[in-house]
Amino acid sequence: MTEEIRQIIADHGRLSVDTAALAPDADLYHAGMTSHASVNVMLALEDHFDVEFPDRMLKRSVFESISAIEAALKELRAETPVS
Amino acid sequence: MRGARLDVRRSELMARRVGIDLVSVNAVRDSIREFGDRYLKRFYTEAELRDCDTGQGIVAERLAARFAAKEATLKVLRPGDEAIPWRTMGVVRHGPGWVTVELSGRAATLAAESGLRDFELSISHEDNYASAVVIAEVDLSNRASDPMISA
Repeated sequence: MTEEIRQIIADHGRLSVDTAALAPDADLYHAGMTSHASVNVMLALEDHFDVEFPDRMLKRSVFESISAIEAALKELRAETPVS
Repeated sequence: MRGARLDVRRSELMARRVGIDLVSVNAVRDSIREFGDRYLKRFYTEAELRDCDTGQGIVAERLAARFAAKEATLKVLRPGDEAIPWRTMGVVRHGPGWVTVELSGRAATLAAESGLRDFELSISHEDNYASAVVIAEVDLSNRASDPMISA
């Protein structure tokens, strides 16, 4: 999951640094991600992982690092019953 | 003389907050192309989309200015890590050249809790960039509402 998230950030995060070199807990906003880019990352994550981020999760800390995004996705998947 | 005293008293009780933001028009254009209605309807109000639609599609420059207005409003609201839905901060157009920001839901509640009022907005765009500035007055009669002001 980590590498899939990293690829989505590379495609949509518009970072000013090499995404491949980012540590899982590196601050994506410090790496150049704007609020608008974080919106695109969120939509791309929803497409890729077939989840929907509720309004309560549309905050800075959820998208501030690869590990934070991974934790949020795991939380969303745990909330969604597998059919 | 009495008027002057009233002005001093009022200035002691009022302060201002300002927020500014800059958005790439190309980034907004890319989002429209890649995510379509999911992007448009998730983050913009119906009135905003109507104001940005010339009848031949959404004008990315106008939409970028509205996204900048939302982000500038967030900088005035200072929600910390609280989630404020983007559609609760809507740009309202009043004829050519004049816009205001309209708060609803949690954004409006947070503004009230923080003593914020009289929001003013200005937006602009040129080539690949759109910008917005938001100013609001803070009622310091409730000083506990502003962490930057010591009681």
